[in-house]
Amino acid sequence: MSNKIIAFCCEHSAYLAADLAGKQGLHYPENVRLIRVPCAGRVDVTHILKAFEKGAAAVLVVGCEEGACQHSTGNTRAKERVNYSQTLLQEIGMDNRRVEMVNVAPGAPHKFVRIIKEMNEKIKEVGEAK
Amino acid sequence: MIVAERKPMEEIKQMVAPYKKLLLVGCGTCVTVCWAGGEKEVGILASQLRLARQAEGKEISIIEATVERQCEKEMVSELRDKVKQVEAVLSLACGAGVQTMAGMFEETPVFPALNTTFVGMPEQEGIWTEMCGLCGDCFLDRTGGICPMVRCAKGLLNGPCGGTRRGGKCEVDPEKDCAWVLIYRRLEKQGRLDLMKKYYPPKNFRAVKRPGKIQAVKA
Repeated sequence: MSNKIIAFCCEHSAYLAADLAGKQGLHYPENVRLIRVPCAGRVDVTHILKAFEKGAAAVLVVGCEEGACQHSTGNTRAKERVNYSQTLLQEIGMDNRRVEMVNVAPGAPHKFVRIIKEMNEKIKEVGEAK
Repeated sequence: MIVAERKPMEEIKQMVAPYKKLLLVGCGTCVTVCWAGGEKEVGILASQLRLARQAEGKEISIIEATVERQCEKEMVSELRDKVKQVEAVLSLACGAGVQTMAGMFEETPVFPALNTTFVGMPEQEGIWTEMCGLCGDCFLDRTGGICPMVRCAKGLLNGPCGGTRRGGKCEVDPEKDCAWVLIYRRLEKQGRLDLMKKYYPPKNFRAVKRPGKIQAVKA
């Protein structure tokens, strides 16, 4: 059983927010693993499914706030891919709340910590990965 | 190009339920373009099947492969070594691709993961529309390059019908353009409106004898 959360973090926003959270000494659950990506739009459906195959209990795709993507549409495309991943999970009987797209600004470490904690609570509801 | 869509997951799961070693084969041509059976879709389906089996506590081993064209024996023959390692093949190709695979590897069951739907073209990103009904007796010279057989909801050869909506839409589906309005406008641009006044007798649907076969003559 695993309660691991894989968080794909855009290096222009979420990754900086996570870094800032560390610098400010904010605590967030240690079961999260951050994967730095050049843009949330880099995250593909296959990456999300692979994370579940490798035992993740939940996957977060964390990108820039809407309208603030460095690559114009990376975060909106990521949102569409996350929606598609939710459909794919549902098709095989998995709870689609296990994958989520969130927007975080680079200067919002508290929001970053909050979304990790919220996902951790969600895992308690939907169950850990087998 | 040939347009296909993936079968429902439940149907695919049932087809491959008895097997523990699978080969998933995509096709790099038509079904890659229509997002149904390319390398990426092979990866997605393989992940889904692995996750579904994990949830059931059963094992599965999947080999993923994509060939340039699954309807060509030469290209499919590259898979010979991989087919030897598995109990069944799941093909993400059109019906021609599935049958080529099944014919090449007769001792291994080959299952279709897609439903082949029509011959069409990409209208816009993610939308494909039917363009050709494969009737074997092309009519496009008389209709300005628009086929009324598949693009008119009623398949009328002498249109339009009385139900054309305002704005040139179809009475059957108001989202769709009336094919005969499109034909009229196209012929008008070409100065060939006289063709609209001609009567065309019912179409000969026996032009293609099933199964169709063409023997090309080398020039």
